[in-house]
Amino acid sequence: MLRFLLAKLLYLVPTFIGITIVAFGFVRVLPGDPVLLMAGERGISPERHAELSAQLGYDRPFLVQYLDFLGRLFHGDLGTSLVTKKPVLGEFLALFPATVELAVCAILIATLVGVPVGVIAAIKRGSLFDQISMTGALVGFSMPIFWWGLLLIIFFSGTLGWTPVSGRISLLYYFDNVTGFMLIDSLLSGQEGAFASAVSHLILPSVVLATIPLAVIARQTRSAMLEVMGEDYVRTARAKGLTQRRVVSVHALRNAMIPVITTIGLQVGVLMAGAILTETIFSWPGIGKWMIDSISRRDYPVVQSGLLMIAAIVMIVNLIVDLTYGLINPRIRHK
Amino acid sequence: MTDMTPERLSTWTIRRRMLAEFWFYFRQNRGAVAGLAVFVLLVLTAVFAPLLAPHDPILQYRDALLVPPAWTAEGSAEYLLGTDAVGRDILSRLIFGARYSLFIGIVVVSIALVGGILIGLLAGFFGAWVDAVLMRVMDVILAFPSLLLALVLVAVLGPGLTNAMIAIAIVYQPHFARLTRAAVMAEKNREYVTAAQVAGAGRMRLMFKTILPNCLAPLIVQATLSFSSAVLDSAALGFLGMGAQPPAPEWGTMLAEAREFILRAWWVVTLPGLAILVSVLAINLMGDGLRDALDPKLKRS
Repeated sequence: MLRFLLAKLLYLVPTFIGITIVAFGFVRVLPGDPVLLMAGERGISPERHAELSAQLGYDRPFLVQYLDFLGRLFHGDLGTSLVTKKPVLGEFLALFPATVELAVCAILIATLVGVPVGVIAAIKRGSLFDQISMTGALVGFSMPIFWWGLLLIIFFSGTLGWTPVSGRISLLYYFDNVTGFMLIDSLLSGQEGAFASAVSHLILPSVVLATIPLAVIARQTRSAMLEVMGEDYVRTARAKGLTQRRVVSVHALRNAMIPVITTIGLQVGVLMAGAILTETIFSWPGIGKWMIDSISRRDYPVVQSGLLMIAAIVMIVNLIVDLTYGLINPRIRHK
Repeated sequence: MTDMTPERLSTWTIRRRMLAEFWFYFRQNRGAVAGLAVFVLLVLTAVFAPLLAPHDPILQYRDALLVPPAWTAEGSAEYLLGTDAVGRDILSRLIFGARYSLFIGIVVVSIALVGGILIGLLAGFFGAWVDAVLMRVMDVILAFPSLLLALVLVAVLGPGLTNAMIAIAIVYQPHFARLTRAAVMAEKNREYVTAAQVAGAGRMRLMFKTILPNCLAPLIVQATLSFSSAVLDSAALGFLGMGAQPPAPEWGTMLAEAREFILRAWWVVTLPGLAILVSVLAINLMGDGLRDALDPKLKRS
């Protein structure tokens, strides 16, 4: 297992270096001069321009700047935002829990609904339930989620008035930021109604973000189940006289889950892309909205480091998925 | 040599028989046929947009702002699907929008397909360090969430339709490269390739004429899937203000302009999104059918 882990880690090194080159390199080819941008509309004298360029290191050779960037990266220095003048790492850490909270809720919804739907559709193959749920999954898979979010807002916030349109919690409540997760913090605060407010803010964004993973998981579970149900060991279990329930839950489901777990893990990249759109629609103060805002403000250090952090997170999660896969499926480990 | 040669079929006959066989399998998937029908309709709409659209898609009727669709009480038969906040006819904009979506899909898939096939052929055919370098570069592109990378690329290149298409194509390319590489690796040691090599075929001929045609099935399926993703992602970029720029009647851009009216005028939000959903769904249905018909290994499940 250790050799498997080391081999996987070693394999990631060139990819990680590539990611740092992309994240660092794109700033160099962006149109517009970052120093001029920082100066704003007042303009800047040539002397001050040169001074600032030197201070920020923009006047040095590309390779020197890159190595310097890597050096600072390994010391946890991700640069300073041009707009807020705060360290990028601090901003990232402050906003990250909001995105994690949203993504975790979304993946929970997608898994808790998608897996049972896929299993039932496979067992009752060809039934009305199978047809309706698989049509639904295909629609979900084809859904422009930014539009889907707007539709839900029109219906649940506009027509029914059940849920708020944006933000993470009502302005009526104020409490200390203990964990950064609104659901937990609102419970800890002990204020009446705070938790309910947090839930009502979270529900629509997580449903929107869950839509595509839900469709993918349901389809994948169904086809994995169908494949497993045709295997010899399932026929043997049936021949032994086991109940349908036992055959499905013990013999079939456990084996069908192996590819499904991989699928769930691979949805992390989908979730990060979806978070950009979902957070924009619901004004959710997380990483996705932060990236969009920074791109439109040309806040290069933020875009650069944000891109790097997000790619690194996706990479690490994929590594964990790979390792889990090796754990539950010994055949992979020994290859 | 004997003269008992088997019946010789012309290339044309073989092609026709292959097509007939393909259609036989494709037809069995009702969803795929429905998808194809919608797609053909979409293509016709795009081609004949100037004839079909009742109004100019960017002309602003200042006396008809936010008119609801014709079937509602305040609706007008002049504007069947209503007008937007500056008085443009929504039906006409949707009809012209079909052109954008199809054009984007075709351009993105063509760039990604050609680039991916070249990279995959080189990596699979030459192996060793060429393969290692090219595939690590593809890994790097795949490490970024596709929409995020496309967004940053557009920020680098400047917002606009052309740049959005280039960005999306770059992001999709690794999928084609990996598929081609895997297929080439599987095919290159088969007897027919060795035979061609012994017969004196050069590298170019081996790569493009001998091996490539036998790797096409998974690529065609991936191309269909990428086509629908391209329509979705370009609409998303348009929605975020990084794709086609106003007043272009692109569906995602239309949604972006409609956002502030969501609680007042449902039709400006609902209809462009529905157009995106229906097109993407039709292409995905078609993709499922293509997969079943072209690749017997990925049997229908």
